[in-house]
Formats: sequence, structure tokens, C-alpha cells
Amino acid sequence: MIFTDKSTKKLVPYVTGGIVDGWADYVCAFADNGADAIEIGLPFSDPMLDGPTIQEASDRALANGTTLDGILRDLSKISVEVPLIVMTYANLAVRAGFCDRLAEAGIRGLIVPDAPLDEVGPIRDAANAAGLDLIPLAAPSTTADRRREITASAQGFVYAVTVLGTTGERDALDPAANALASSLRALTDLPVLLGFGVSTPEHAAAAVRDADGVVVASALMRRLMDGAGPDALGAVVGNIRKAI
Amino acid sequence: MTAPTLPGYPALPDISGHFGRFGGRFVPEALIGALDELDAAYRSAKQDPAFQEEFGGLLRDYAGTPSLLYSARRLSEKLGARILLKREDLNHTGAHKVRNVLGQALLAKRMGKKRVIAETGAGQHGVASATAAALLDLECVVYMGEVDTERQALNVARMRMLGATVVPVTNGSRTLKDALNEALRDWVASVQTTHYLLGTAAGPAPFPEIVRDFVGGIGIEARAQCLSQTGALPDAVAACVGGGSNAIGIFHAFVPDTDVRLYGFEAGGDGVETGRHAASITGGSAGVLHGARTYILQDEDGQTVESHSISAGLDYPGVGPEHSWLHDTGRASYTPVTDREAMDAFQLLCRTEGIIPAIESAHALAGAVKIIPVLRDELGREPVVLVNLSGRGDKDVHTAGAYFGILDQNETIVPEENL
Repeated sequence: MIFTDKSTKKLVPYVTGGIVDGWADYVCAFADNGADAIEIGLPFSDPMLDGPTIQEASDRALANGTTLDGILRDLSKISVEVPLIVMTYANLAVRAGFCDRLAEAGIRGLIVPDAPLDEVGPIRDAANAAGLDLIPLAAPSTTADRRREITASAQGFVYAVTVLGTTGERDALDPAANALASSLRALTDLPVLLGFGVSTPEHAAAAVRDADGVVVASALMRRLMDGAGPDALGAVVGNIRKAI
Repeated sequence: MTAPTLPGYPALPDISGHFGRFGGRFVPEALIGALDELDAAYRSAKQDPAFQEEFGGLLRDYAGTPSLLYSARRLSEKLGARILLKREDLNHTGAHKVRNVLGQALLAKRMGKKRVIAETGAGQHGVASATAAALLDLECVVYMGEVDTERQALNVARMRMLGATVVPVTNGSRTLKDALNEALRDWVASVQTTHYLLGTAAGPAPFPEIVRDFVGGIGIEARAQCLSQTGALPDAVAACVGGGSNAIGIFHAFVPDTDVRLYGFEAGGDGVETGRHAASITGGSAGVLHGARTYILQDEDGQTVESHSISAGLDYPGVGPEHSWLHDTGRASYTPVTDREAMDAFQLLCRTEGIIPAIESAHALAGAVKIIPVLRDELGREPVVLVNLSGRGDKDVHTAGAYFGILDQNETIVPEENL
């Protein structure tokens, strides 16, 4: 299991695999600055749930010739204590042997944002057979019945999406986010993490009033693409850590 | 005209929105509620005589359907077959697309949504969406790849005249697939007020079924017209396939008629063997794109591969899931037609019948040209081939004019600075 307890607030920063040469150094920097797990994006050509920042990151990574093999090879050269989770789209995740390859590389969890409850069964089976947690998403529009089904089959943690919208930085945290987190927490013993638009330490602090943690992606990737190195980005992660 | 009964054929999609192993709804959780709402609205509309009457009335009095079935005498003589052209090019807005948008715009109103968004490749669906939005007083935003806004500038102007906002999409390959991504992103954020007026029989369930049913009149009409004009069903039905809405629209009524051969012609671009094509079934493999499992063009890692076609409307690296299923079951055959073959057929129709087809529809005609000798051998007589002339070529004069080199440099069709 990715997370086994809810006693501390969880911080899961994100990096797009292959975004720059030496991208795995960011993974180490995140781990050194208080990350509880690290989400690694496997870039996909058609990232329909991603806003401009992660789209740009995916496009850059693919333009660099990034492949699944290359990302897993880069990860094999580093050693971090915290669990690594892969986020990618269904077309990559449904391919034969995909979950086995992740597991062999030491990945512990998988997030597939375009494989909802109705379609995720075969992916979850493959993930579980390989020993990976399949982490589901829930949205503010998810009905009560579906929230129950999603939490009942969740593994690792429940990823609660703060807004109806794509990934990307936002000025403020939608109040609906905390309500969603509270409602999901009542249904499961697994941690509930809020993500999408958690952009600042203040957002993170507000989120964890009702959630068990946060996922931070676009705010980090924008800085990375603006030139922030592993130390600088590690410091950003450290500041969010302090805030929660 | 009443719908033919469809005895003994499984009703698809199944309740979970699948056509065999294809289809489904691979979308973010945030969209599930909207798809459920759409599904419920569609089921109730389908049973509602008032909705059917309003839709039927618009199709008849506004869109100009049933479209003609025209027996193309000179073309038939030239090809040694009896060619029947289903004249969807004569519909209001110039293509079959108007059927789908009128149905979906009425559904949007039924759901109380005041805004519609659409993606467009050739611009035909965008124009049709803008038209339906103007008619039914809906706000309309159309996403169009930047490359397509350049090669289909006339349609950009038409959409704007009709009051729609056209958003050029500048990421990815800047064509139809990227316009679809952008429309989906808009929808994820606007789903409570907005209906996504998807333009082809693809995407997540229930779109493939809804679009098929709204354009299904093409086949229902053509089947009855063919029986009344020739006394029999055609030997073959030919249609072009990009996303595949015009094809499923004409095929569907004929699916139970197992003696009628169904041919889908994909955009072969420079030739499937060159890798520069848009033939998702012939040259692709099963995958997940834009909300459904279907045949797509992808590399060994599962990244979508850019498609290539002279026809903007067929330039898409996926296909509707029902076509994937018809292909797997063998009920329909899918083969590629190259740019050159399509443009030869384009010219042939212009010169023999005085009809300028959309380049998309020219692919269907080019395919028919190729299968006629085979059918003649098989049947031992001149075959009767029904071709879906899905759209007219006004929008393509720029592309075709350049292709054939029929204009001097100073005989500009569209002022470049206005593109």
C-alpha cells in the first residue's frame, strides 16, 4: 500500500518524466524535502484532462524523445525511500505488460485520469496482479452512489479533484474541494488527497483542513519550465511541507 | 418514410455503451455526470413524440431532407455500373452534418443548456453547429485546429457570420484531434451550462449512438428511395470514413441486409505504406482515444501519430467505435483511398455530372471506382452502387484549385491576409 495511515498530512509532488535531461534529480529533491510519495507523469500525446502547463510539459518531454523505457531507465539510476506513482492516460495503461513493467521498475501506484470506475476494471486487475495500487479520482460532480463505489474499490489513496476543470494553477481553492474531501473521508479509511490547482502553501494549508494531503503539479512544473533547478524546486516543496 | 425494422441483429451499443470490445467512456470522472445526463435526455427524447416531431420538422422544413437520391447517368456509363448518389451535399449548410447538429441542439435545449461547443476539422460541423445555434438561440464556441482554419478559411468566415466564436487551436498537430482535446477540456470546466455538440459518431458513449441515430435518416431514406427507384436494394453502399458519421448514417439501415456490401473508404493520404495517411482501421491498431476504445493511429508506445490527408474532414487518427466493430465482425469492409485517387474522382464527378463534391465525399466515389470491376466480376452484371455524397465542395475550391493548378497566381480565391 502507498499509504498505510492517516496520522500525518501527505504531500505528493509531481514531475513530468523526461521533461529535461536529469529530470530524475527532481524526484530526489522532492523526496529530500518532505514528499510522502512522488507522482511521475508519463507524457501522452493527447492529455485531455491537462491544462496548458502540463500539456506544455508533456509536449516538451515527447519532443525530447521521451519513452516509457527511457523514464524507467532514468528511475532505475536513483534511489528514493518514498513510493513512486505513475500518472498516465488510458491508451498507455491498457497496453499489454504495462503494469508489469512499472512494477519491475519499482513503481508502487498508478493513476489513470481517463479511466473512470466504469472502464477501469481491466486496468485495476493488471495493476493488482503486478502489485500496484490503482488510485481512483473523484470529482465534485461525482454522485453519492459513485463516491461510495469509488472509495470502496480505492487503493493507496483517493485523489479528490478540487474543481470541475483541467489541471493548472488557480488563484484560490474552490470551497467545493473541502466539501468533497470531507464527504469522501467519511466513506473510507484511506487518505483523501486534494489535487488540481493546489498552487501555494496557503492553498495546501487550507486543503488539509479537510483532506489528508495534497497533490501539487502545475505550480511545480511551471517553475521547472521557467528554469528552476532541483534545489529551487525542492525548496518550493519544502515550503508546502511546512504549511501542512 | 418509416424506419425499416432491423430483425435479428443485436442492438448495439450494449447498456454500458460498448460495441463488442470497442466504445465505452474513457473520460475524466468530472464528465461522467454529464454523459449520464445526456444519456437520460436522449432516451427520453427518443420516446417523446413531441421531440421527434420537432426534429423531423426541422429536418424537413429547414435542412431540406429527405435528400435526393440521384441516378448519375453519365458517371454510370463511364464506370460501367449504376451509380446512385445520396445527395447530402444539397442539405442546408452543405453536408450531412446538419442532421446531427439539429438533433443535438434540440437535446441541449431539452437539458436546459444555453451554450454549445463543437470541434471541427473541415469546418462543416462547425458551420452546421453555428447554424443550429443561431436557429435555436444558443451560444456557440467552435474549436478548430489552426492548420484547418487556414485550409478552410471560408468556413471560418461562415461560422463567424453566424455568430459563433471560432477558437484556433495551436497545440499538438493543430488539426482535428487537437480541436477535440480542447473541446473536451472546455467541457470538463463548463459541463454544468454547456452541451458538447460532438461532430462525429465517435467519442465516449452515448455520443456514437446519438450521432448515428440522428444521421441515420440518410440510410433510411436511401434504402427506401433505392427500392422505389430500382425495385431492389443496392449491391453495395460506399461512404468515406474519417470519424465516420456519414458512413454510419448510411450504413446503419443496411446492416441487417446482409446481401448489401458495405464499404468504408478511409483517407489513405500519400498511401498507407508511406505512413502519411489517416486510415485508422487499415493502418492503425486498437487503442483508446478521445473517450472510446477504437482503432487509432499510434506508435509502439501508444502515442497518437499525426494523420495526413488532403481532406481536412478525414484528417483524424481515430474512427468511431461502431466502425471498428463492423470491421472486426466483417460486416463492413474498410480500405484506403489516396489523395490522388480522391482528387481524380473529384474531377470525374465535376466533369461528368456537374457536381463539385467535398473532397471527403470524393474519397467515397474513388472507392466506388475501385470496387466496381470487382463487383462486376462477382455478380456477372453491372452492379448498383449507392454512394454517399456527404458534402459539397464549395469549401474545397481553394485546396482543389491549388491541387489542379487551375488558377493563375493573381487569381486569388481567398485573400491570404484574411485567413
